[in-house]
Formats: sequence, C-alpha cells, structure tokens
Amino acid sequence: METALDIVSWVLLVTGSVFAMIGGLGLIRLPDVYTRMHGAGITDTMGAGLILAGLMVQGGFSQVTVKLILILIFLLYTSPTSTYALANAAFHRGQKPLLGKPGHGKEDDQPSKP
Amino acid sequence: MFIAVTAAILITMALALTRALLGPTVYDRVLAVNMFGTKTVLLIAVLGFLTGRPDFLDISLVYALINFIGTIAVLKLLKFGDLGTAGGRDEPAED
Repeated sequence: METALDIVSWVLLVTGSVFAMIGGLGLIRLPDVYTRMHGAGITDTMGAGLILAGLMVQGGFSQVTVKLILILIFLLYTSPTSTYALANAAFHRGQKPLLGKPGHGKEDDQPSKP
Repeated sequence: MFIAVTAAILITMALALTRALLGPTVYDRVLAVNMFGTKTVLLIAVLGFLTGRPDFLDISLVYALINFIGTIAVLKLLKFGDLGTAGGRDEPAED
C-alpha cells in the first residue's frame, strides 16, 4: 500500500515537472506576449496542480494536505485573474496581438518561399 | 525523488528569469516574474518535503498571497499610470 501510494505520488510529481518545464520552454519560444500567456498558463494549472497533488499523496490525511489544498485553490483563483489583468493592461496600452499563420512574419500572408 | 522535482522547478525558474531579462516589452517581464513567483511557491512547498519539515507550507501560502498582490499592483500601475486611481473601470483614466 505504501509502495502504491509512492508510485502514484511519483507519477504525479514527474508529470507535473514535465508540464512545468514545457511551460517554461513555451515562455521562451513563443513569439508574442499573448501567446506566451499560454506557456505561463500551463505551468500555473497543470504544473502546479500535479506537483501539489503529488505532495498531497505524500502528506496523507493531515494538516499538511489541508494547507496544500489551500495553496492549490488560491493558485487556481489568482492565476487566471492576474493573466486576465495582464492581457487587459497590455491591450489597453496598445500592445497588438500577433496575427497570421504560424511561421510567417506580421505582414507576410504568402506561403513560405524556400 | 523530491530532488528531481526541485531541479525541474529550478530549470523552469531559470527559463522564466531568462524571459524576464530578454523580454521585449514590459508585459513579458511582468508575465515572467509572475510565473517565477508561482514557481517559488511550488519550490518552497517541495523544499519543505525535501528537508522533512512541512512547516514551510505556511511560508509558501503567504508567498502566494504576496505574489498575487504584487502582480496586480504592478499591472494597475502600468494600466492606469498611478496607483491612486479608483478601480472598477474598464477604460484607462484620461489625464
């Protein structure tokens, strides 16, 4: 039983770590502030959620789990709020979203030339 | 096992810090710093388990609160131009 709980916890922790690193990579690679919000969103939902769930499995039925649930609830409320505020502030200050097909420049609507 | 998770979170924090240093606009920097704060919350929580002292979770909870307030304050400063403007409006203040 102990081993089974450990395996479940490890799977959750490793999956959360992978999601967090993918989100960090997206923050580096994506071209625009509005698209970079997707990368930050992955780390805030899947990364934080899975890592905290893995810690909850390690904690068992105790005060630790209650605190972890509080942290998770708080993150799940504040992360969309701050992302919305960021998008709102950026849009009101004249930051234009990058439109067009991926892999093309801003004005370039033609298919890519080799 | 917690060491691997700690390393992954530290790598993510390094990536976020890189974006905060590179970021072309100030919004990229705010986004990266917000994500850095969220990762710090996770890092403190995992470090508590790593060292066998889950009392660190209280610090993590307080850090989450402070991070959210700080991000909202910086964004309000960026959007309205000063922190004294009354909220609740969608349009930025005209001055």
